[in-house]
Amino acid sequence: MEAILAQLLNGLDKGGAYALIALGLTLVFGTLGVVNFAHGALFMLGAFCAVTFRQLITLESVVVDPTQTTAWGTPLEVRTPLAQQWFGDFGSVLIDYSVPLSILLAIPVMLIIGIVMERGLIKHFYKRPHAEQILVTFGLAIVLQEIVKSIFGPNPISQPMPTALRGAADIGSWIGLGPGVLTYPWWRLTYFLFSIGVLAAVFAFLRFTTFGMVVRAGMADRETVGLLGIDIDRRFTIMFGLAAVVAGLAGVMYTPLVPPNYHLGMDFLVLSFVVVVVGGMGSLPGAVAAGFLLGILQSFASMNEVKQIIPGIDQIIIYATAVVILLVRPRGLLGRRGVMEG
Amino acid sequence: MTNSLKGFSRRNVLKGGLAGIVATGVAPVFFTRGAYAQEFCNAPTGDTVTLGLNMPLTGAYADEGADQQRAYELAIEHLNGGGDGGMVPTFSSKTLTGNGILGKKVAFVTGDDQTKADAGRDSARRMIERDGAVMITGASSSAVAIAEQALCQEMGVIYMAGLTHSNDTTGKDKKRYGFRHFFNAYQSGIALGPVLGEAYGKDRVAYHLTADYTWGWTQEESMIQATEALGWKTLTPVRTPVGAGDFSQYITPFLNSGADVLVLNHYGFDGVNSITQAVQFGLRDRQANGKNVEIVLPLVSDLMAKGAGEAIRGVYGTANWDWQLTDEASKAFTKSFGAKYGQPPSQIAQTSYVQVLLYADAVERAGTFYPPEVIKALEGYEFDGLGNGPTLYRAEDHQCFKDVYVVKGKEAPANPYDLLEVVGTASRESVTYDPAIFGGELGPDTPAAC
Repeated sequence: MEAILAQLLNGLDKGGAYALIALGLTLVFGTLGVVNFAHGALFMLGAFCAVTFRQLITLESVVVDPTQTTAWGTPLEVRTPLAQQWFGDFGSVLIDYSVPLSILLAIPVMLIIGIVMERGLIKHFYKRPHAEQILVTFGLAIVLQEIVKSIFGPNPISQPMPTALRGAADIGSWIGLGPGVLTYPWWRLTYFLFSIGVLAAVFAFLRFTTFGMVVRAGMADRETVGLLGIDIDRRFTIMFGLAAVVAGLAGVMYTPLVPPNYHLGMDFLVLSFVVVVVGGMGSLPGAVAAGFLLGILQSFASMNEVKQIIPGIDQIIIYATAVVILLVRPRGLLGRRGVMEG
Repeated sequence: MTNSLKGFSRRNVLKGGLAGIVATGVAPVFFTRGAYAQEFCNAPTGDTVTLGLNMPLTGAYADEGADQQRAYELAIEHLNGGGDGGMVPTFSSKTLTGNGILGKKVAFVTGDDQTKADAGRDSARRMIERDGAVMITGASSSAVAIAEQALCQEMGVIYMAGLTHSNDTTGKDKKRYGFRHFFNAYQSGIALGPVLGEAYGKDRVAYHLTADYTWGWTQEESMIQATEALGWKTLTPVRTPVGAGDFSQYITPFLNSGADVLVLNHYGFDGVNSITQAVQFGLRDRQANGKNVEIVLPLVSDLMAKGAGEAIRGVYGTANWDWQLTDEASKAFTKSFGAKYGQPPSQIAQTSYVQVLLYADAVERAGTFYPPEVIKALEGYEFDGLGNGPTLYRAEDHQCFKDVYVVKGKEAPANPYDLLEVVGTASRESVTYDPAIFGGELGPDTPAAC
């Protein structure tokens, strides 16, 4: 029972990341009709916003102490972060909470990147075949990852989580299973709650604002909305920026779980496409449902009891599920008629 | 009167003598010219000799690869007479004089094996065929090392392995042209077993997470053998993909498995990620079977310790070498490396540096780059003064035998590099084993013309 609950929690936090990436991807597809293979790169760029923020906030002053030497005989360099020198304890808190604080940097940066990407390149491919869109966005993804590699190097860069969230929450005692029976890392719980919050905010934005209503109308019938005198293109550009922000925020908060490197986007790209296809191309609730479903399935497939029955199932479960769902429901779980059907 | 000396005319004697000179002098040279002219793959002809440095500059072991490259370049600088000489003066052999190798200046080409066997093999082939490398060295992954070693055997080029810890490298996959200075998983088990028994007792249940390739398998096997000899029980090991990044789905089943020791057969970034995530799951604060839950990382390096940060504290593992060792050779190497790069060398840096020096020394002792002669010079070679104490390059399997160090993550580091402490040493005699237990054949030393 506890083992199943633990795997379920693990699936939910994995599913949170998948859902956030897939949501942006399907949003772009639903509004602009573009198959954006650079979406994984946006997740990676978000992660590197966190890296950049930390590098800025931990800039150090270096003082050479001639009275001390290193083991290799050179004078010892004493390094102190400027934030600590200037702000004292508050500076230490800023450094400790660098990952959540980097959201403040990531939102404007990712919004600008998204808008520039759409206006500068992707808008020229709206009326081109999907194959060309895939080629150009995939090329863009490679360019972006090589730029990041040249700036930050090829190695992963660790991002520490805040000290207060480093331990594990005793969930077992919360739900009456007894202390220590079911524990789960605080940061992973935070990530899950964060992903739920962002998903809810995006859905609320689309559901309860005039802007969102227009966008939904545009997704349903772009021409009619245009005939009503609404500049739907401008709204769709903003939606592209919003999708980039969502992917970027998912990347920011993911950095303490797995240190990011330039290849992070590619690692998630194929996975997030499978999530979108399983959920149904262009379906926002479908992407979210598929994200959590596949996260949970992957988690359960990694249990030794399951792997002993089907060796290697943890590596293929997501793709096997996609095959089965597409055979039974060719449009995906919540796919609509007519999307990508000529 | 008949001429009894018929046929012995002056002309015939001259002809016969000439034929005899040709037969006895020239013919043997004709038939043995291969041996004397030493035609072999990338025989150096100019005043430089090129070494091929093949490292993981990207992928799961890229951190190791970067340090490996630093060490190689330092070794080549020292061979060419630059810098302070590092371990050249402490080396028991005195053939290296700072004049390159056999008077030829040492040049190098580099490649990125991407921590992948096929990419490593392609890169090594390119360095041999295009760049004229007379020796290949590198790899931080056993899968890569075994693939490159097999290629070098085919092409008749000496391969001095970097960090490869699988029993297979000098076991079932050993090759005549391949040489390993680094220790192996079997030796880790012998060294670590008694220390774990002492620290955690004889009644433990172990849960293994294992990198799913040759090194992980042999390390898992060796650790199970060593800990079950203590009386520990082992649950069915879990195989994890290399470069998985997020290991959480493999760690959560541990929580309710009934095990009280988590053995992480992971290396490089995989080791950093898995141990960090295990600690995030609160394993350090848990109890199982009435005992504190413990984590073991059988192969650990300074680079991993740096990446893992606080998560490495108190964790046991084994190492080939540590920069805080106090012998003269280790001190000289640390000083030389630290002065050049501003950080101490890791164990992969030491083994890589040593391999280049050992190759250069073997060539000097053989007096030729001809691989069969270099192989003979390395086989059964006993040396000292390279940071590991008295060491033997065993002829039967090309495995180095020397002391193995048991290390522990330091609880209170004095500086950012003071991360591991040596808490035990398994003597060379105790980690020496019968080469027959792992099987394999070295194969011929026949040179090739690539």
